[in-house]
Amino acid sequence: MKSKTMKGSRAARPGNSVLGKGAATAFLSPSLIFIGIFLLIPAFWTLYLGLTDYKLVGIEALNPSFVGIDNFTKALNDPQFLSSLKLTIIYVLGSAIFGQALLGFILAWVLNELSPRIRNIVELIVIFAWIVPGSVVAFLWFAFFNNEEGTLNAILGVNIDWLLDYPMLSIIIFNIWRGTAFSMLLFSAAIASIPKSHIEVARVAGASKMQQLRNIVLPSARSYILTNLLLITLWTFNDFGPYLLTGGGPGGETQILPIFIYDSALRYLDFGYGSAIAAIMLFLNLVISLIVLRMSRKGKK
Amino acid sequence: MRLFGKQIQLQDKRRIDERTKVEKVSTLAFVLLAVSFFAIPLMWLVLAPFDSDPTFRIKWPNWGLGNFSEMAENPYAYRSLMNSAIFSAGSGLAVILVGAPASYVLSRIKFAGRDAFLYILLLFSSIVTGSAAMVPLFLLSLRLNLIDTYQGVVLVLTGGLIPAAIFILKDFTDSIPKSYEESAQIFGASSFRILKDVVTPIIRPGLAVIFVWSFVQAWGNFLAPFILIRDINKQPAAVMMYSFYNDGGQAVFRTVAAFSLIYTIPVLAMYFYVNKKYGFRFYGGIKG
Amino acid sequence: MSFVSIEKITKVFPGGVRALDELDLEIKDGEFFALLGPSGCGKTTLLRTLGGLESSTSGTISFEGKDVTFLTPGARNIAMVFQDYALYPHMNVLENISYPLKVRKFSKEEINKRVTQASEALSIQMLLDRKPGQISGGQQQRVAVARAMACTPSLYLFDEPLSNLDARLRLEARTFLKQLQRELGVTTILVTHDQSEALALADRMAVMDKGRIKQVGSPAEFFHKPANIFVASFIGSTPMNLLDGLVNDGKVVIGSMTFDIPEHASTARTGDQVVFGVRPEYVSLVSGPGSGIASGVVKVTENLGTHYLVTADCNGILVRGTAPDGSEPAMGDTVHLKPEPGRSLLYNKTSEDLY
Ligand SMILES: Nc1ncnc2c1ncn2[C@@H]1O[C@H](COP(=O)(O)OP(=O)(O)OP(=O)(O)O)[C@@H](O)[C@H]1O
Ligand SMILES: [Mg+2]
Repeated sequence: MKSKTMKGSRAARPGNSVLGKGAATAFLSPSLIFIGIFLLIPAFWTLYLGLTDYKLVGIEALNPSFVGIDNFTKALNDPQFLSSLKLTIIYVLGSAIFGQALLGFILAWVLNELSPRIRNIVELIVIFAWIVPGSVVAFLWFAFFNNEEGTLNAILGVNIDWLLDYPMLSIIIFNIWRGTAFSMLLFSAAIASIPKSHIEVARVAGASKMQQLRNIVLPSARSYILTNLLLITLWTFNDFGPYLLTGGGPGGETQILPIFIYDSALRYLDFGYGSAIAAIMLFLNLVISLIVLRMSRKGKK
Repeated sequence: MRLFGKQIQLQDKRRIDERTKVEKVSTLAFVLLAVSFFAIPLMWLVLAPFDSDPTFRIKWPNWGLGNFSEMAENPYAYRSLMNSAIFSAGSGLAVILVGAPASYVLSRIKFAGRDAFLYILLLFSSIVTGSAAMVPLFLLSLRLNLIDTYQGVVLVLTGGLIPAAIFILKDFTDSIPKSYEESAQIFGASSFRILKDVVTPIIRPGLAVIFVWSFVQAWGNFLAPFILIRDINKQPAAVMMYSFYNDGGQAVFRTVAAFSLIYTIPVLAMYFYVNKKYGFRFYGGIKG
Repeated sequence: MSFVSIEKITKVFPGGVRALDELDLEIKDGEFFALLGPSGCGKTTLLRTLGGLESSTSGTISFEGKDVTFLTPGARNIAMVFQDYALYPHMNVLENISYPLKVRKFSKEEINKRVTQASEALSIQMLLDRKPGQISGGQQQRVAVARAMACTPSLYLFDEPLSNLDARLRLEARTFLKQLQRELGVTTILVTHDQSEALALADRMAVMDKGRIKQVGSPAEFFHKPANIFVASFIGSTPMNLLDGLVNDGKVVIGSMTFDIPEHASTARTGDQVVFGVRPEYVSLVSGPGSGIASGVVKVTENLGTHYLVTADCNGILVRGTAPDGSEPAMGDTVHLKPEPGRSLLYNKTSEDLY
């Protein structure tokens, strides 16, 4: 009894925050509601729908039933899904890892040595490609790749219908163009954070550019590189952008997972199956994110 | 001995010079190639809007501003830009109104479970992407009668932007010393006055950046309105642009050329604004 | 009459750090009081608790006999100057100084009058329309003091207000602060890291350690009669000699040396474990060995300007003394060091307190 009243009176001692409990709750709740509705519910709803045969039209629309893991087994035996998964992996490896990250690193490395003037101009151009809205970029490449009037064919002096004959290559180039700026900026920051003296010591010791890169720059920038690779993998994996260029075609040759989900669920209105695919995607996203978070925690320590 | 050492030095020097020459040429070649790769497709956006006869080809224009007047006469073009403005400004405001108070609390008050909350928020925001959650987001909007409404798109966009906004703003608020608020407390200012006179003005740059960031994200977003808006009168520029070239045929070339430039200008302007005001690297941090 | 009275204040932070431990302290009306202590000893916590910015875990605080333990910061009629000054970056100097007055709903004329007064007192009239980012550190410090002054509080709390200034400015600001406090006559508590600052400014001061007060008194008392081993080793620009020894037959025996028991230590008994303390300033070089004299070989000499600090190894025990500039010994010389009898102090080794 006594300790209780003591506690009560202690609570009345002035605290040091501007907001009381009530106000803090009021400040926090709108975002909690948003996060609940637009992050948590969709995640679990996707899982749930993946376990049903919910469709927007037909009998199942009125009365969806629980089908367990049928959709997931169906997916794993669906050649279209498996091909979509394969295409996604090619797209991610080609455009994010080998494309954006590698090109971004080389650009950052090379620009680091150039005069600030040239450097700023080149960076600005690369950044412009990044900030122009996605639909405009898609149109620019749609025009660039066009087989009759496209500028690419004119430059190369060939007559190729890029989007029809090399659709995967086309969307990979498109995504490299659009996303390299991020990796370039991140790697520039990484290179800038290496103390000049480290590189100078190596130079005095007679290390070649390649040796400097291998022995000093890469090890120092390691955590940046890993974080960057995982982040762009996550983004590219979830990228709906190629839809604007190819619509997933021709003949499904660029039907990466986001487009596959769109097609099954929102075009053919098979929500159950589309959600099962989406759930698989959520799971893969979870795996990548957990690795990123673990690494960034280690980095902080 | 000494002479010998000097000779070696000289030789070394020559070798270094040769190496840099080869390097210089290859560096230059690489930079030129990279610049062409990034610049050439952009040329269309720079030249075609002023070409009275634009095609897919990038070419020296037949100068004229006719494309813009033609675009101005296209009711869909104008309306879609207005729609984009509504979606973007709406999302920017909503993100600030909802995210800023939360980030303030998360920065200033240590409550049980705060770190767990931040961790889960970070995790879920990177997992639940538009692509992975398009089905429930569509069904949610359908149930709430939000299909074909401005609110629907704004809410969905806001929901997606809020986690990152909270993180950026929390970091920003963390960097502001608590002594500002404490000194005001000592002067006897009420909580409301402290928030109004001290906190809000000091975090205003952070709010401005978040607004611009949300605006730019919403301005370029294609998927949300593509799924949630059927009515062509409510479609934003991102979707209209796609419709123009996807099913528009040849006739709309002149409109598309002008439209793509007009549609791009606001994000360029915002880029220059943020760049000038808060530095170039900062924008780098907020685009992704 | 005591103005601030702190009784058994305890502050335990979430996580278990006991920053204040049943601390008692009385501060008199109108005095300039300095709080000194090693980093992390709880000085800032004590000041913030007085200001109401931290809630104490238990204990009471009263100002002028009135219990303020449960009052909010704004209701305590105090002013605080923070280490980083906390000048609002979006307001100019004038707005900064008048903000607290506006909050307290003073009339326009009254605000103008007080701002003019405060800014004249601190000679910052020409800075009034500048933003804090456009004035120097020393000027910012003055603005912060002016802002605190304009409120005419009954108590000033300063948390290391001078630590962001460079050495010269700090000296100027120190003199200035002291003058100002004399003129205003308002009770002032100053937290500082810098003991010379405390010794120079304070009427009285306290040394804290681990959330407790180790000694309260005038600067002179601290210098001449540190109350315990902790304070003895903490205060002073040159570290005090603190030599472990044993009381034997009316003498203090330290290794092969013997010293007379200092007068104040009449209660020391044979067999007591003691620590013999004397400031190097009161240890001088004499010509030959003898009782009450430490003889040894010079290890180090340090130039302190007007005199030299000499450290000698006396059979494995290091003893420090001073020699006037010009007559300092060389390294390796044999020297004889004699503590001034009236300046020696004796501490009980177990209780760590002065006899
Ligand atoms: N908000 C807090 N939460 C937990 N522990 C704290 C907090 N603030 C201070 N402490 C701890 O309380 C103790 C006293 O801290 P305080 O800041 O009062 O020391 P100080 O004497 O002012 O030190 P300094 O001279 O370095 O400023 C320290 O151990 C510190 O780590
Ligand atoms: Mg402190």
